[in-house]
Amino acid sequence: MNLLDPQGPVAVANSQILVDSVFIMLVIVVPTIIAILAFAFWFRASNRRAHYQPDFVYSGRVEMVVWAIPALTVILLGGVAWIGSHQLDPAAPVPGTGSPVRIQAVSLDWKWLFIYPDQRIATVNTLTVPAGAELNFQLTSSSVMNVFFIPQLGSMIYTMNGMVTRLNLRADNEGKLQGLSAHFSGDGFPDMMFDVNVISPLAFPDWVATTAKTDSVLNEDSYKKLMEQGIERGRPTYRLEDPRLFDLIATQHIPPGPGPQIASGAGRPRSGGLDAR
Amino acid sequence: MLGKLDWSAIPFDQPIPLVAGAMVLVAILGVLTWVVVKGHLPYLWHEWITSVDHKRIGVMYVLLASVMLLRGGSDAIMMRVQQAIAYQSQGYLPPEHYNQIFSAHGTIMIFFVAMPFVIGLMNLVVPLQLGVRDVAFPTLNSVGFWLTATGALLVNVSLVVGEFSRTGWLAFPPLSGLTYSPGVGVDYYAWSLQISGIGTLVAGINLVTTVLKLRTRGMNYLRMPMFCWTTLASNLLIVAAFPILTATLAMLLLDRYLGFHFFTNEAGGNVMMFMNLIWAWGHPEVYILVLPAFGIFSEVVSTFSGKALFGYRSMVLATMAICVISFMVWLHHFFTMGAGPDVNAIFGIASMIIAVPTGVKIYNWLFTMYGGRIRFATPMLWAVGFMVTFIIGGLTGVLVAVPPADFLLHNSMFLVAHFHNVIIGGVLFGAFAGFEYWFPKAFGFRLDERWGKLAFWFTFTGFYITFMPLYIAGMLGMTRRLQHYDVAAWRPWMFVAAIGMAVLSIGVICQVMQLVVSIRNREALRDRTGDPWDGRSLEWATSSPPPVFNFAFHPDVRGEDAYWDLKTHAKQQLLGHHPEPEYQDIEMPKNSPTGFVCAFFATIMGFALIWHIWWMVILGGLGAFATFVVFAWRDHDEYVIPAAEVARIDGVNLEERRSLVSMAGSI
Repeated sequence: MNLLDPQGPVAVANSQILVDSVFIMLVIVVPTIIAILAFAFWFRASNRRAHYQPDFVYSGRVEMVVWAIPALTVILLGGVAWIGSHQLDPAAPVPGTGSPVRIQAVSLDWKWLFIYPDQRIATVNTLTVPAGAELNFQLTSSSVMNVFFIPQLGSMIYTMNGMVTRLNLRADNEGKLQGLSAHFSGDGFPDMMFDVNVISPLAFPDWVATTAKTDSVLNEDSYKKLMEQGIERGRPTYRLEDPRLFDLIATQHIPPGPGPQIASGAGRPRSGGLDAR
Repeated sequence: MLGKLDWSAIPFDQPIPLVAGAMVLVAILGVLTWVVVKGHLPYLWHEWITSVDHKRIGVMYVLLASVMLLRGGSDAIMMRVQQAIAYQSQGYLPPEHYNQIFSAHGTIMIFFVAMPFVIGLMNLVVPLQLGVRDVAFPTLNSVGFWLTATGALLVNVSLVVGEFSRTGWLAFPPLSGLTYSPGVGVDYYAWSLQISGIGTLVAGINLVTTVLKLRTRGMNYLRMPMFCWTTLASNLLIVAAFPILTATLAMLLLDRYLGFHFFTNEAGGNVMMFMNLIWAWGHPEVYILVLPAFGIFSEVVSTFSGKALFGYRSMVLATMAICVISFMVWLHHFFTMGAGPDVNAIFGIASMIIAVPTGVKIYNWLFTMYGGRIRFATPMLWAVGFMVTFIIGGLTGVLVAVPPADFLLHNSMFLVAHFHNVIIGGVLFGAFAGFEYWFPKAFGFRLDERWGKLAFWFTFTGFYITFMPLYIAGMLGMTRRLQHYDVAAWRPWMFVAAIGMAVLSIGVICQVMQLVVSIRNREALRDRTGDPWDGRSLEWATSSPPPVFNFAFHPDVRGEDAYWDLKTHAKQQLLGHHPEPEYQDIEMPKNSPTGFVCAFFATIMGFALIWHIWWMVILGGLGAFATFVVFAWRDHDEYVIPAAEVARIDGVNLEERRSLVSMAGSI
């Protein structure tokens, strides 16, 4: 999950800006730290060779320089931020080979549901994508806020109930990656990690075909079961009954998740409550 | 009768909070018994609890902060241990407990450690630096402190009665809404902050008024010490920002108690509005904390370099620039929420612009040291440690202000490392520097230097060992608030961080030892002159500890570094003769139990609100209101210290000072 080992163009650009910005700043930060230590050491009271200048308390030239150095750095970095924000807007297109794959991600309490509306399939906690193709994500949440993040593909984005956020990514190399939720969402939050299988564009249709043969069906009823609070250890897959399911969720035609079901009015959760639910 | 409260609220099945709670309870009962048996109760009541003396209130603020630092620190140790061992296992803390701990850690460290620490130091020092006898509203000051203490008390009650919030220190909805957090945790959080927030607002109004209206003769704005300037800026921010917090939490509480829909998923609630509002307070809050720290470092660097502050006017400008710009950057806390590129870029650039005045401050401290004669007493060590550490925190801060970089680093351990880098390296180092620097002024004896330096070195290295690994973990994709994880690459860094935490803890132990050793050796460490550091501003012109009226005469200020000028002047004249000064009666505000009684009722009301015990809410509310009415109808609120008494107290001080100056003059 190393940010400096990016596997797609968005992550490459993100981490490039990250590294560049650090180096731009190091150019003034390192000399400043050295100067602090050097001045503190040289002008120590016991150093008789240091020249005591109690009246050196203002210098127009020094003032100009000390305002100018950070200002110039910030102008430079501000340019990086402005251009970077526009080029790397999460919703900006990321051209790829072949036709784009539409994926609708829903954060549930505490698992990720990935709906492939065009392929009429859905998966939980596993995201399988073809290498090289543009991935168009639409994201929402069944209940609380989460952040969808695959560190090596770049650009995380919030998921919120009743709202849809957009994100375009591309994975360039086949292999296994990991994704996670980057916004705390309750007791099962640490188990919201998911696998990302980047497979060859040729294998992708096969995988779709195999998955479509699954017995389990995702419709409003099975979705409602899925969104009850709990952790999913397996990696279930579904046939998608209605390709408009995501819209029903995002527009709250399916009401938000129910939250915890506590037995009594007690103000304190039972220990081991996670398993009980 | 008792609302939601019943025996199931006590965690009999959870040994950790139960034992911790029992130990604290035993300790409190022990101290109380000792106080009563030894007959110290009247002394405590008359000299401290009901005191409206800004110095006493300042000391109590710092004491509260120190005690809560131990609580928040224990939470930190528990979290670092959990993350060190919870690799492919559940560790020793179940999620519902771990989540309370990180929520409590953040809440306590910001609201009940950092805030009271800086407000305490401002309370103690600012009137002295301005050359006045008290703050603008002495009784209100006491009310502010006791309401802050109420908030801290309620947070700690949640340890054994019920639960604390499990939603992080900012309680984002909809997670913090009634649907997803039906327990009392969020209510404890919100009511604690509502009550202590009133205390903070009151303290802010008081200090702004004090700086604007109560300065001694000749102390015009551009002669004020830098700490007074940063106090002004910080408290202006409090007055402007804390009402936003109060309103935001009020809306959250309306959602939770009365079925409103400000921040719910359904019925038109908007969770993004909460994000905007809470950070519209939250970002200025960061500067509320760090600006006073900047002020402390300005005083410390200047004093121990034996020079006036370099570029004073530039520093004033930088301070006020930070004060204004800090309100225009809040959106950088959620670049990843899908705002458009223009919005993200503008807020990113605004956030970077704050780095300019901050950078200027660093350079001005640097040039204050240049050509100085630097004495490395403990406060100066903290100052140099701060300058080095804070620059690194500034670098990572500007980095996450670049939106595309933030798309990778948002909410990560990198971010956790960044804000600890600036809060510990800036605010906490500043608080410790101020504590070491002004302790002799408050108590009349210096702190032991050997233990002080040990505390600095352990804390300094402990900080780096703890938080540098978190930067790396963040670069490895680790997000915050994970109760357990399965990624092998993160594990070694969590181990190192836990070791760092141990080193940091040794630093805290050294700090406690320093206090113990210094109190034991207080006679040897006694500060007879009132000016132990060869200081430059007016707080050093009076005795240590200062008399209740601070100054027998209002000092006459003729330039920056008022006391330094005075000393130079006195040395030149070699004190040929001194006419006996003509003392006059001094009127001082009377003690008042208003603050304590009001906070007592506020505690009852807060607790009752949390548990839905409505009759008790009414009782507490009426009690608090009645307290104010009684105070408002008072006839006499001042007493007179006769001239003879002033003469006696000041005479002792003058004698000490004369011997000091004539000694210095003869050299």
